Amino acid sequence: MFKEIFYRRRKYATIPSEKAKKEVPEGLMVKCTQCGTISYTKELEKNLKICPGCDYHFAMTARERIEATLDDGHFFEYDVELVSLNPLDFPDYQDKLEKDMEKTGLNEAVVTGEGTIEGHPVVIGVMDSRFRMGSMGSVVGEKIARAIEKAEQKGYPFIMFSASGGARMQEGALSLMQMAKTSAVLARFHRKGGLFISIMTNPTTGGVSASFASLGDINLAEPGALIGFAGRRVIEQTIRQELPKDFQTAEFLLEHGQLDKVVNRREMRKTLSRLLDLHLVRGDH
Amino acid sequence: MAGELPFEKPLVELEQKIQELQSFTREKGIDFSDEIKKLENKMEKLAEEIYGNLTAWQRVQIARHPERPTTLDYIENLFTDFMELHGDRLFGDDRAIVGGIARFKGTPVTVIGHQKGKDTKDNIARNFGMPHPEGYRKALRLMQQADKFGRPIITFINTPGAYPGKTAEERGQSEAIARNLREMASFRVPIICIVTGEGGSGGALAIGVGNRVYALEYSYYSVIAPESAAAILWRDSAQAERAAESLKINAPELYERGIIDAVIPEPMGGAHRDREKAMAEVEKVITSSLEELSKLNGDELVQDRYQRFKNIGEFTTLVEA
Repeated sequence: MFKEIFYRRRKYATIPSEKAKKEVPEGLMVKCTQCGTISYTKELEKNLKICPGCDYHFAMTARERIEATLDDGHFFEYDVELVSLNPLDFPDYQDKLEKDMEKTGLNEAVVTGEGTIEGHPVVIGVMDSRFRMGSMGSVVGEKIARAIEKAEQKGYPFIMFSASGGARMQEGALSLMQMAKTSAVLARFHRKGGLFISIMTNPTTGGVSASFASLGDINLAEPGALIGFAGRRVIEQTIRQELPKDFQTAEFLLEHGQLDKVVNRREMRKTLSRLLDLHLVRGDH
Repeated sequence: MAGELPFEKPLVELEQKIQELQSFTREKGIDFSDEIKKLENKMEKLAEEIYGNLTAWQRVQIARHPERPTTLDYIENLFTDFMELHGDRLFGDDRAIVGGIARFKGTPVTVIGHQKGKDTKDNIARNFGMPHPEGYRKALRLMQQADKFGRPIITFINTPGAYPGKTAEERGQSEAIARNLREMASFRVPIICIVTGEGGSGGALAIGVGNRVYALEYSYYSVIAPESAAAILWRDSAQAERAAESLKINAPELYERGIIDAVIPEPMGGAHRDREKAMAEVEKVITSSLEELSKLNGDELVQDRYQRFKNIGEFTTLVEA
């Protein structure tokens, strides 16, 4: 499932990282891989990284997503100090982690914390696909689990933006067990009546799609997002036939009853705010 | 030795030699007992050497052995009054997962497991033990039923993985697995899970959220099939051997990391070499853990499961707490 994302579905253009951005002269342009429209990076960023030509949703970094979602970008971050080990002594893993830390300015593939959306307090988690394809290892699982526990303690809704190739291979079965961990914590949150809104962005596949990302009271997705359990190539090899072009897109899932709604990024904050509003206890208004 | 694996060849050759000498003794009346004894000793030593130093990949081959006991074998041998129950009430009956009600030492329990086929025809019907969403939803239905009636749940895990197919995706493979993970965490009855062969990723875990999770000595439990890992990492599925080693998927390695609670010992060479012995070991583990867990009430069982999974993970922190 990783492979496909790595080698085939790289539809997004490379946007310079926070650090690199300062060094690149203004006027750098990005070409949309879908329609070929060329836009100024700055313009694209102002436009929530949506292609003006075809509405293609470019990948957002975790920081960009938080800024676009929370009121004035105000955000109190949790567990920023948690970092991965190389518990299996997996070849090259440590090296790759360090490179991704440098590239993204993040300690891991998920950022968690709290803030408000149009005044509604929420606990939020945002994955960043630039860090090990957003894959879930021990730290990602732990940070998400702790965030859900925080939401439970505070009585806040939990909002999760997923962007992940799945469970992280380099931590072996420890990564697999993070699926059970996050789901078990969500189970308790669920029993206590907590609201969980899951937003699947491009890509949400494998062990992340098969755990917390699919467990929202409301499951939303961004247009065109790749969402699924198994990789396209694996399926094609298994069933020995070509799959339709829109297979495993958000629209495909919607059609097959697997999603509540596909929401354009421009409407996301409004949609979340409306949902949060609708879940306020009667009499609050 | 039927169904031998490549690394067992030297043993097979020795065994053949011994048999030849034995038939010589019978037919020609020549006494080869000394030679036979010598060869038998040699064979014993060789077996210890081979099975005592199995590589990760060789263990995977044993876990996948076509004669390895399946879920229905365990059910038939360790349970009585088994009544198989079918269907998910939504779409169909997935034969890659079997389940139903039975008695374990007299106590009614719900037993569920992946089911591989006994031969090619059976394997096709069972989809080689790779479930579709309806399989997981059947398992969920049976577990909910167990929870309602206060029956302990025992699951046998043995799958290469959830089926990677078009219709499986259309019907929500991810959602089916995810829902099971969440629901299993909330059941107020004891849940015991045993990996008996292949623990293939999310498709295995979907019936694996237990208070106690065990694995047979030669079974494996992995985030990804070694072949697929090799294809991604080194773009060469032939490097599966190396991937199996790197992923640390064997039972003793899983125990070290707290992923399983104990390794269930197997007869030398694997469970298929001495089924009775293997069954007896599994029976012991179920008996003792059921006894332990029966002391906990519903809340405690849920809390116990929560903690068990919450504790799994290895990481560090940049600042002192």
